[in-house]
Formats: sequence, structure tokens, C-alpha cells
Amino acid sequence: MRGLTKLAPEREAALSGHYAAATGAARRRTLLGFAVVATLAILAGYAAEVRPLVLAENIGQFTAYIRQILPPVGLDHPVADLRAWYWGLPSWLALLGETLLMAYLGTLLGALAGFALSFVAAANLVRSRLLRILAKRFLEICRTVPEVVFALLFVIAFGLGPMVGVLAVAIHTTGALGKLFSEVVENIDMRPVEGLSASGASWVETVRFAVLPQVLSNFASYGLLRFEINVRGAAVLGFVGAGGIGQEFLAAIRNFYYADVGAILGLIILTVVCIDLATERVRHRLIGPEQAR
Amino acid sequence: MSGARSGALRATARADLARLRARYPEQFRADRAARARLIVGLGAVAGLAALACWRLDVSLPRILHGMGRLGTFAMLMLPPSPEGHLRIFLHALGETLGIAFLGTLTSAILAFPVAFLAARNVVPNPFARFAIRRGLDVLRSVDVLIWALIWINVVGLGPFAGLLAIACSDVGALGKLFSEAIETCDRRAGEGVVASGGSTLHRIRFGLIPGVLPVLASQVLYFFESNTRSATIIGIVGAGGIGQYLTELIRVLELKQVAFLVLMILVTVAAIDWVSTRLRRVIIGPAAR
Repeated sequence: MRGLTKLAPEREAALSGHYAAATGAARRRTLLGFAVVATLAILAGYAAEVRPLVLAENIGQFTAYIRQILPPVGLDHPVADLRAWYWGLPSWLALLGETLLMAYLGTLLGALAGFALSFVAAANLVRSRLLRILAKRFLEICRTVPEVVFALLFVIAFGLGPMVGVLAVAIHTTGALGKLFSEVVENIDMRPVEGLSASGASWVETVRFAVLPQVLSNFASYGLLRFEINVRGAAVLGFVGAGGIGQEFLAAIRNFYYADVGAILGLIILTVVCIDLATERVRHRLIGPEQAR
Repeated sequence: MSGARSGALRATARADLARLRARYPEQFRADRAARARLIVGLGAVAGLAALACWRLDVSLPRILHGMGRLGTFAMLMLPPSPEGHLRIFLHALGETLGIAFLGTLTSAILAFPVAFLAARNVVPNPFARFAIRRGLDVLRSVDVLIWALIWINVVGLGPFAGLLAIACSDVGALGKLFSEAIETCDRRAGEGVVASGGSTLHRIRFGLIPGVLPVLASQVLYFFESNTRSATIIGIVGAGGIGQYLTELIRVLELKQVAFLVLMILVTVAAIDWVSTRLRRVIIGPAAR
């Protein structure tokens, strides 16, 4: 390698002075940021009663727990062990199916409501400020109140059962998808809208023929993503009495049926990962041609 | 486009519709194949929905009946008031924020090195990458509430269990997002570092990290927001925060206090939303320019 060219001393001094000043300012900013984060972390640690010693002392219990819920499957007769471990497979699969249907129906209803509201909340389609703000605030409330809280309230109003889960998932999905959908709608190309307006279309016709073709693949992609999130959410809604696999799972945890906990958890993880992979593939196919264009 | 002008255009076009139809028959013809596909697709979606309604016992009369009772509850919620428990509620809210903040921070710190190991442009070995990615998937697919139940067994009831639960499930999610951000990073800076004699570590430190750090920081802020929401419910299994009170008060139908708690959550989340949007703009700003 060739040796580096030497700079004149005064030039070098000036350059390194500038460099030191620039890096010094950046470094001071970084240190300040770290200090703020550290202070907040200490305050938060105080508020959240962090006890690292307890964690260090009991970390053995965590590994022991994991070991306990791991399958009691030996190498001697693995098939029989597996069958014994998943003794409740038919009923668990039925409950899992219930959870999936809950997530599906909730996502569908929420997506329909969010779909309708997103056009009202989009700034480029609705001129009335009041209507738009009302729609946006409504979506925000749907989104911010956690679905478990809705489920708790609905359990009292509608009685125990999976319908509660469907409604809770649907309301939360309305809020989440309504916001994403309206952002998509706000980013569309406005020229088709103007063209249709100019050729005599009404508002609904404009939305149908000028807006929908542009946004539909994005909507479907967001809907699938939400479905995946909702499957995970629906699995735990059973904790508050909203049916599905969650109820069975909570019972297993509370009663210390370790093998069952492991088995059901395995089923849930497998389902979520499968749905994850499937929706990702479909989403790539939906989005793909759009970006290739 | 101005309202008056487009209205006039529309009127003209409507008056001329018959002639337009005659002049451009291509544009007015129906696409039968596409329509059939659409109908089959919609039929499948609706059929599955009907099956779900039937299996889950969802019916309009039940919904209407429940709506009536919900209306009664809504009346009972007014006016929202803490009824003398403001101090306890504020303490619980502080606990919730603490859980969310430290949980997010812990998961970000843990996910940061793991994400580099899961990124294609840092670890070229596909088997190692695959193993790490699937590990992150497993962490991610266990819900926060389930993690909380597991951690309660280890550190006992209280907010610490909630914090660990949020940290665990977020390591999976953040690790995945981080590694995707690292993979889409501009590679020219890294190549420059290598070309001028830097090692792999130099390439990561000076070629990758400066580029991805703003993106990662903004993702962490997003997660802080969403974790504030998760931390409000983590109390229903006994892992601290405001959810504990929320569950109990709903069970005993103290709906005025419930409404007050929900309002507190809404205000807090809105405030955090506002702050993090500002922060994100500051962080992303210089990179976007």
C-alpha cells in the first residue's frame, strides 16, 4: 500500500481542530441523550419495582419452568410419548379453530368498518373538517382502548363466550385499520379522481372506480397483517372469558399442568408461525406487482 | 380542482352520457372474467364468515340485546370520577409507564446485537441466520400476557414480571424489524470502509450503524407507544400497572371509576404519541435531508 500524503502542518492543525469541534459537539449531544435515558430508566425502575437480585436468585426457576413444560418425550418410544403428551389434541384443535374463526370474523368486521370510515377520515376526499375530525377521533378511541378492556366490558353485557371476543377484536381492528387505510387513501394519485369527477361520477362512483383500484392491494395487505396480529390477540382473549384456546391455556397454567401448558403453547406458536409465513407470502404477491410497475 | 368547476363538468358529462357511451363502447363494456373471480372470492369470504357466525354463536338478536345493556353501562359511566382514589390511580399509571419504558429499553438493548446476527449482510451463513430468525419468531409469537404468566412464576406478582414479559416478547419483534432495517441499509458506506482497510467490525461500526441508528430509534419509539398500551392490560394477570384496578373495578361494576381510568389511559397515550412524534421528527430529520 502507498504511504498517505502528508499535509502541511498549519493545514493539518486547522483540519483536526474542525474535526475535534464537530465530533465534540456530537459526542456531547450523545452523552446528554444517554444521561436523559439513564435518568428515566432509573425512575422507571423505581416505579416498576425492578429487583435484579430477585431475578438473579430465581432465574433458575425460569429455566426449571421451561424444562418442565418441554415435552416429556423420550427416545425409547417417542410416538407413544407424543400421543400421551397431546392427549387432548381433538378438543384443543377445536378450541384453536374457534380462536382462528374469532380472529377471522373480528378482522373481517373490523376491516369493513375501518374501510368505510377510512374514506370519511381521508383529507383528500372529504371536505367537511368536522366530519373528518369526528371520524379520526372515533378511530383513535377504538385503537387506544385495549381489546382486553372491551372484552371485559362485553363479557358483562353479552355474557361469556366467543362472541365477546369477536366484538372486541372487531372494535380494535376498526381503529387500527381505519387509521392505516385512511393514510393509504390520502397518498393516492388524485388524477383518476379528477378524471372521474369530470366525466360525471358521483362521490360513491368516484371512490369505487378511481380510489379503490389504487388502494385495494394495500388494504388487503394491511388486513392480512392485522389478521396475524389478531390471531395472537384472540388466543389470550380467553383469559377474560371470551372463549377459544386461551381459556383452556389459563386453566392449565393456573393448575400447574405443566405438560399441558407446553403442549398448548406449542400448538399456539406453531399456528402463529404458520399464519405468519402464509400471510407474508400472500402479502408479497399482493404488493409485488405494484412495486414492479 | 374547485367545487363549482367540477360540478359544472359533471353536469356537462351527465348530459352527454348517451353520446359518450356510443363513442367509447370499449370503456363501458363489462369484464366478465374479472367479475366472476370477484364473486367467487367474495363468496368464499362471506361463506367463511357465515361459518364463523354459526360456530361462535354470533347472532343479531344477541348483539342487540347486549347493546341495550351496554347502553345502560354507558349511562352508569357518567360522569367519570376517581371517587377519592386519584392518588392510587396515578401511582398505578406511573407503574405502567415504568413498565413500558424499561421493557422497551431492555428489549431494544437485547435486540440490537441479535439483529446484526440475523441480517444477511452481516452474517452470510444461512443456517445461523435461519436459527436466529426462527428463535425470534418463537419469542414474538408468545403473547405478552402469556410471558407475564410465566414470569410471575419466577419473580412473583408485581410490575417487575410485567416488565420482563414486555421485554421478552419485544425482543422477538424488534429483532426482526431491526434486522430488516439493517438489510435494507445502503451498502456503499460499508464498502468504502472495507476498501480503505477497515475490518468487519469497522464496517459495522462506521458503515452500518450510523445509517441504521435513526431508523432503529424511531422503531423503538413506536414500540414504546404500543407498549404503553400493552402495559395497561398486563395487570389483568397480576403483573402490575393500571390494568389490575381496571379489571377489579369492571368486575364490581364501579363504572365511573372505570371511565376515569380509561380517560387517563387515553390522555397518557395521546401525550406519549405527541412526544414521540416530535422526537421521531428530530431523529429522522437529519437522515432524510
